[in-house]
Amino acid sequence: MAVDARQIVEIGYGGSERLTMNMGPQHPSAHGVFRAVLTLEGETVVAVDAVIGYLHRCHEKLGETLTYVQYPSIASKTDYVAAMTSELAYVSAVEKLGTFEVPKRAQYLRVIAAELQRIASHCLWLGTWCMDMGGALGGGATVFLYCIRERELILDRFEELTGARLLYGFHQVGGTRYDVPAGWDAKVRETLDVIEQRIDEYEAMLEGNPFFLARARGVGVISRALAEEVGVSGPLIRGSGVSYDIRRAEPYSSYPDFDFRVPVETAGDCYARYRVRMVEFRESIKIVRQALDGLPAGPISSRPGVKSVGQIRVPKGEAYARIEGARGEVGCYLVSDGGPKPYRMKWRGASFSNLAVLPHIIPGHKVADVVAIMGSVDPVFGEVDR
Amino acid sequence: MTSADASARIRERFGVEPTAEGGALGVALPRERWLTFGRFASDELGCRYFNWLSAIDWKDQGLEVLCRVENLDAGLVVTARTKLGAGETRCASLVPVWRGADWMERECYDMFGVVFEGHPDPRRILLAEDWEGHPLRKNYAVDTPLAPYR
Repeated sequence: MAVDARQIVEIGYGGSERLTMNMGPQHPSAHGVFRAVLTLEGETVVAVDAVIGYLHRCHEKLGETLTYVQYPSIASKTDYVAAMTSELAYVSAVEKLGTFEVPKRAQYLRVIAAELQRIASHCLWLGTWCMDMGGALGGGATVFLYCIRERELILDRFEELTGARLLYGFHQVGGTRYDVPAGWDAKVRETLDVIEQRIDEYEAMLEGNPFFLARARGVGVISRALAEEVGVSGPLIRGSGVSYDIRRAEPYSSYPDFDFRVPVETAGDCYARYRVRMVEFRESIKIVRQALDGLPAGPISSRPGVKSVGQIRVPKGEAYARIEGARGEVGCYLVSDGGPKPYRMKWRGASFSNLAVLPHIIPGHKVADVVAIMGSVDPVFGEVDR
Repeated sequence: MTSADASARIRERFGVEPTAEGGALGVALPRERWLTFGRFASDELGCRYFNWLSAIDWKDQGLEVLCRVENLDAGLVVTARTKLGAGETRCASLVPVWRGADWMERECYDMFGVVFEGHPDPRRILLAEDWEGHPLRKNYAVDTPLAPYR
């Protein structure tokens, strides 16, 4: 029977029927591989099932098969957008287990690397988040391209320092692997001056834009109680009124030597998280400048160069070391049975706990807001799935 | 709530001696008191912050579940642990106390096969639904072949 092409199909839709929609796993706003199964009533999300694990490599099993010398270079592959911090968490845990000394110069270099990494990571976050919110911000990729331009400057500095642009292998048990090359200090200062000025530009561009404000203010509110219960950390919990920063709560490396502020916002929405990160940009710049000014002379590692992979032995026991990464608390829990490899290693990924808050805050928002909320959480799926 | 206050209260209520574990209070509990302790830590010690939960496979001695919770205002950190016993995989869920336990317990089930009783949504989280075995168990070989793609 021929189908009459002119036949009009009427769909009765009152807006109350529920529709299940898959967002991802290859959705551009997921910044990785993430699938959100949304249950919709019209444009409004009533439930969300977050499906993760697409990037799972079982780092924790891998950690049990590699020695304390071998693993740090793999550690950077958990959070690949802030590789410096995940390496640091692992070596800190080993140092705690075995009570290794870390020379003062290495402590300062670690802080410089970690803070530059925070700036680079926040650049990527701001750019991608603004791109997610799309055309309303003056043609989609504008802010993204500006931010990537600044991030490149930091990657150049990292390349000069370590020879690599993304996964560094900079930290090692007992210190750092590389010392700063000649003239690096001046280049970093120049880079910081440029970025500091550009941050003002981003703020002027965004905070005067009514579309940006409409999409960020009052959207994706995380209450203080929810933030604590789910265990979110980093800019998310600080955006919800909790002054919680590992650099202050449990200072590590040489952070007590530096003067910096921990920004806190109370609204708990996307805009509050944005504000926290914008202040963090400036605070990180401040810390790097102080560390460069006060960089002590001396050795960069308390241990001689690695000659064999089984060289590090730690006593039986367990240790949990945590640091404040760009996304929050990055922790590494190690259990040692006295052998050259850990008996058990656990990653506490900041992104995993931060992402776990999504099913609690998304319902009630429109589909377009899901993208804005997800971007404001700044998940890196290497760290979520590990 | 200082660390010493918390220790005294834990000793009084649970009859166990908390240990100092690098700035955290370590509390070893019998399996039956896991949820009771969770409620106590949340309500009475003020540990509203749920940091993480995981497990360790002690081979013949069975699985040990541990979780880290914090009172952010007081700077109090409690690491609670419970040995499930050889061959035992059941443990009470902490989701009724902290919503953050949801994903952590799903991951713990996925990796170790710990069955959290009372968990509202006990599915795998990182691995595929039809995955066989629990990779972080010590008897799960690193070179376990992948099941063929279906």
